[in-house]
Amino acid sequence: MAFSETGRALVRSEKLRAGYDVVIIGGGGHGLAAAHYLAHDHGIHDVAVLEAGTIGRGNSGRNTAIVRSNYLTPEGVALYRESMNLWRDLPAALDINLFFSERGHLTLAHTEGTLRTMRWRAGVNQVLGVESELVDRQDVARLCPAIDLDCGGRLPILGALYHRPGAIVAHDAVVWGFARSATRAGVEIHGNTRVLALDVRGGRVVGVETSRGYVSASRVLSAVAGSTPRITKLAGVRTPIVVHPLQACISEPMQPWLDPIIVSASLHAYVSQDVRGTLVMGAALDGYELHAPRSTFDFLEDLSAAMLDLFPRLAETRIVRQWAGIADMTPDFSPIMGKTPVEFFYLDAGWGTWGFKATPISGKTLAHTVAHDRAPSLIEPFRLSRFAEFGLIGEKAAASVGH
Amino acid sequence: MQGFNARVKLITLPEIGPRPLSEFVYGGPVDEGPDPAACTDGAWADFVFHRTGEPNQRSEWWYHRPTGTWFWLDRDTESDRVVDVRVAPATPHREHG
Repeated sequence: MAFSETGRALVRSEKLRAGYDVVIIGGGGHGLAAAHYLAHDHGIHDVAVLEAGTIGRGNSGRNTAIVRSNYLTPEGVALYRESMNLWRDLPAALDINLFFSERGHLTLAHTEGTLRTMRWRAGVNQVLGVESELVDRQDVARLCPAIDLDCGGRLPILGALYHRPGAIVAHDAVVWGFARSATRAGVEIHGNTRVLALDVRGGRVVGVETSRGYVSASRVLSAVAGSTPRITKLAGVRTPIVVHPLQACISEPMQPWLDPIIVSASLHAYVSQDVRGTLVMGAALDGYELHAPRSTFDFLEDLSAAMLDLFPRLAETRIVRQWAGIADMTPDFSPIMGKTPVEFFYLDAGWGTWGFKATPISGKTLAHTVAHDRAPSLIEPFRLSRFAEFGLIGEKAAASVGH
Repeated sequence: MQGFNARVKLITLPEIGPRPLSEFVYGGPVDEGPDPAACTDGAWADFVFHRTGEPNQRSEWWYHRPTGTWFWLDRDTESDRVVDVRVAPATPHREHG
């Protein structure tokens, strides 16, 4: 499909008005997607997106751009499955080239225990109509000829979970596409506008104090990823969220040699090769809480060791850039979506290391929640109150390559 | 946007001196919590799950693997500055009745 490369600039809003029907805190992919769906699904156009910096410079601009739905729990699989359905139509819906590329996603199993979990995930996926299957060592070799099946001898590959629809996307374009669509529908985006306080009266939010003045609002949605605890503190809302850096890096570009997306939980590393031939690589979450997007030599050293176990051919490859996102982690590695104890204050948070793939579905379901003051059933399992109820949705193995 | 930190992060331990961060395991914030036998389910869930997630300075459990010693580090979670280091008076493990 050909995309027009004109009219790409966003509609700019200069004046911050005294009030809006809906205020969305956070101009990342999730917040902008919610703005788009508020306008397009619910006819709600009197919306302001307040972004402390520049849109898309948080985790939306820092992820490794993998989209998939091969999760473990029925609730998680259903959520990400719906997101994948939205991804496929998104380039046409937003009229922007997202470089959406279905590559196949291989989660490698290096132990019998991991194989059992992969079989479990494949089973849940298949029952819910998601295309995943357990494949053996020879299939891995066929799908990825460059891989060292013995991983240097220490942790040979026994098989893998193969998720054929797994894809990579141009993550910045997703932000721009939702932003442009929302602003064309009348939504205002205000950058360099930091929320300093929430105005809560009688248990309901009525406005926000910002660095550019007070803004009244009937409804407020927070979609700020790693900044979530700062906002929930303003609202007086308790959450389990803790913030850790998640590091990533890219190589120099090279001619195409890697078709699928490769993930190894045992080696704590994952890699894909994007449209420009660049390897995009990541590893496990940083081990301790830190509100800073800094990247370290330790990360690069450990990741390189794992990458060379998988692909010895990379020994001379140069790393061009490394960085970190700021991951808002939850105890069960599932998101927090929906209402809060503060009336008309809604949360889209706890997306940790698993949020980018859910950009369309989070926008769509939170727009519904804001429009109807009720979460749709698809996201009901991810309510904030599930922790007080000991009703966790455990997705650690499927969401991350953590320990 | 902060970039690459080339310096290995060192923690200066009492008696032992500066050691690289890679020798440590993070054990979470120091927080005694309620008595599970005496508190409500809600209070217990709050202690188990809910957190002070915003940037703050607090005492944290850090385990130094080579010496097998638990330390308390007072660290700012935004600047990553460690302002105090002392040997922990106990281990993080609870006694259950």
